[in-house]
Amino acid sequence: MNKDSLMKKIISAPYYLWAAMFIIVPLILVVYYAFTDVNGNFTLDYIKTLGSYRYIFLRSIWYGFLATVISLVIAYPLAYIMAKSSASVQRMMVMIVMLPMWMNFLIRTYSWMTILEDTGIINSMLSALGLPQVHIINTAGAVILGMVYNYLPYMILPLYTVMSKMNNSLIEAAEDLGASKMTVLSKVILPLSLPGVASGFTMVFVPSVSTFYISKKLGGGTFAMIGDVIEMQFQTSYNYNLGATLSLVLMILIILSMAIMNRFTDDDDGGVLI
Amino acid sequence: MKKIISVLVTVFMMILLNLNVFAFENESYYDVPELKGTSINVYNWGEYISEEDSEEDGLIDVNAAFEELTGIHVNYTNFASNEDLYAKLKSGGASYDVIVPSDYMVSRLIAEGLVQKIYPQELPNYKYVSEEYRGMYFDEKDEYSVAYSVGMVGLIYNREMVDEIPTSWSALWDPKYAGKILMFDNPRDSFAIAQKLLGQSLNTTDQVEWQAAADQLIAQKNFLQGYVMDETYNKMEAGEAALAPYYVGDFVCMQEVNPDLDFVYPSEGVNIFVDSVCVPTNAQNPEAAKLYINFLLDPEVAMANAYAIGYATPNTGALESEDYAEMAENKYLYPDIAPDTEYFHDQDDITRNTMNELWNTVKASGENSVSLYIAYGVTALIIGGFLIYRTALKKYRESFYDA
Repeated sequence: MNKDSLMKKIISAPYYLWAAMFIIVPLILVVYYAFTDVNGNFTLDYIKTLGSYRYIFLRSIWYGFLATVISLVIAYPLAYIMAKSSASVQRMMVMIVMLPMWMNFLIRTYSWMTILEDTGIINSMLSALGLPQVHIINTAGAVILGMVYNYLPYMILPLYTVMSKMNNSLIEAAEDLGASKMTVLSKVILPLSLPGVASGFTMVFVPSVSTFYISKKLGGGTFAMIGDVIEMQFQTSYNYNLGATLSLVLMILIILSMAIMNRFTDDDDGGVLI
Repeated sequence: MKKIISVLVTVFMMILLNLNVFAFENESYYDVPELKGTSINVYNWGEYISEEDSEEDGLIDVNAAFEELTGIHVNYTNFASNEDLYAKLKSGGASYDVIVPSDYMVSRLIAEGLVQKIYPQELPNYKYVSEEYRGMYFDEKDEYSVAYSVGMVGLIYNREMVDEIPTSWSALWDPKYAGKILMFDNPRDSFAIAQKLLGQSLNTTDQVEWQAAADQLIAQKNFLQGYVMDETYNKMEAGEAALAPYYVGDFVCMQEVNPDLDFVYPSEGVNIFVDSVCVPTNAQNPEAAKLYINFLLDPEVAMANAYAIGYATPNTGALESEDYAEMAENKYLYPDIAPDTEYFHDQDDITRNTMNELWNTVKASGENSVSLYIAYGVTALIIGGFLIYRTALKKYRESFYDA
C-alpha cells in the first residue's frame, strides 16, 4: 500500500514539476506584475486604467463568441455526417479536417490576406467574370472568418469523438417509440453530444478571444483586439505591468464566460470543461 | 603549350583557392594572439549586414571574413525593435559584445549605464566616419557609439494610383485616396507624421500637443486601409494601396519589384535615424568587440554592408568606393536637397505613457459601440430566457415525481 503510493508519487513528480514551472509560476508572475509598478511597489493604478479598454474587451469577447457560434453551426452537421459514415470514409474525413493543421498557423493566416485583398484572388476572379468587386479585407468579417477557419478543427474533432461513441440503439429506441427525426435530434442526439459541444466551445472560444495575429493581418490593425493591445504592451510599449493586468482580466473574463457556458450542460457532465 | 596549360592550371587553382580576394586595411591590427579562439556575441537588426547570400553580388560575407581574419568566432543573432533589444539588455539574461541600437535608444542605454565607453577615436578606421555623423546629440563626445547606418522616413506612392505627386504628409489625409492609404502600426512613427503635419516637434512633452496629434490620427482613420509594418512590402508592391509612409531603404527594395512606386520626403519634415554600434557594459569580450567595430568601419566591409542593407552609409570610405558608385547616386538615399529632418529623442516615462494611451484611443476609435451593446443585450436575453425556460421545465417535470 505504502510502496504503491510512493511509486505513484515518483511517477507523477515530473508532471507536478512541469505544472509548477510552466503553469503556477507564470500565473504568479502575471498576478505579481499586475499589482506592482515599474519599481516593484504595490499599486492599483493599472487596474484603474482598465476602464479605457472596456470597449476593446467587449469587442474581443463578442468576436470570439460569434466565431465560436459560427464554427459550431458549421461543425455540428459535418461531425454528425462523419460519425455516421463508414470506417474508411471516417478516417479519410478526419485526415482532411486535420490537414490544414499540419501547416503553420501564421502562413495560413497570411494566405488569407492574399485571397481576400482588393487585388487578391477572390476579387481577380470576380472581375474576370465581370462581377462587381467585394471589399472583405480589413473588415470585422475578415477577422471572424480567419478565426473560424483557423479554429474550426478544434470544434469538429471533439464533436466527432462524442458522436462516434454515441450508442445507436438509443436513437433506434426513440424512433421505435414514435419520435420524429426532429424529436430524435433535439431529445436524444443533442443532449448526448453536449459534452462535445462544451469542449469544442472552449477550444475555439479561448484562442479566438485572445488572438492577436489574425486581427492584425486580416483586420489591417484597425480592429484592435485585446490580444493586440497586450502584445503591444510587451513588444513596443515595454509596459509589462499593464500587459499583465490586461492578461489577468482577460483570464478572469474567459473563466466567467465559460461559467455561463457551463450552465448549458448538465451538472453531472460539466467536468469536461476547462 | 605546356606553359599555357601550366598557366591555366595555376589560374584555375588560384580561382579555386581564391578565398581572400578582399584586402582589408591594416590587417596586422587584427592579429591579436590572445583573442584567437575566443568568441563574441553580435546582436543586430534582421537583414542588416552583408551575409552569405550577398556573395553572389560579389560582396563579402562580413562575419565569415572577420572569423577568418582574426580567429574570433562570431555568434550572430537578430532583434526586431529597439524595445526588444532594450528588454534583453535590461533583463540581464543575455550577454552581448556588439549591439546596434538607434539614436534615441543609445541615449537611453547611456543614461542607464547599459553600454560602456569604447573611445572609438582610438580605432584606426574611425577616420572613415563622416564628420556629419560624429558628435551626435546622443553621444556628443563620441565615447560610446559609432554610426553604422542612416535612414529617413518618407512617403511612398504609386504613380499609377495618384493624381498628382504628393509633396506633403497631408496626402495621407486626402479623402480622394480613402481605402488606399496605409499607416505605421507603431505609435512613435505614426505620431511623428501627425506631429510634422501639425508643425510640432517629434520630441514634444506638451500633453496638449500630443492630444492634438492623436485627434489628427483619429481623423485619418476613416480613410485608412490599415495599420501595417512589414505588410507594406506586399501591399505596395501589389498595388493594393496607393500611399504609405515607410523607411527609405525598404522603399529601394520595393521599387525593384514594382517600378511604378516612387518616394518623396514631404515638405513638413521627416524623421531621421542613425543606428550606431555600441558595446554593452556586461560584454564578455570587449577587446574583440572593438576589433569587430573597426572591421565594420573598413571601407571594403562598410561598402558591402551599405550595398546589402540598402540604407545610406555614414562611411566616407564606402561612399567613395567605385563598387558603390551606382548606389551613391541614388537620389532617394542621398537626396540633392536635404529634407528637413528631426531625430527622435528618448521619451520620459510620462510622455511615453501619454503616447501609448493615446495610441490605444486611436486604435479603438471610430467604432459604433451602441450596436455592440445591443448585441450583448440581445445575447444576454436569449441566454437568460433559455436558462429560465429550462429551469421552469425541470421544476414542472419534478412536480410529477413529488406526488
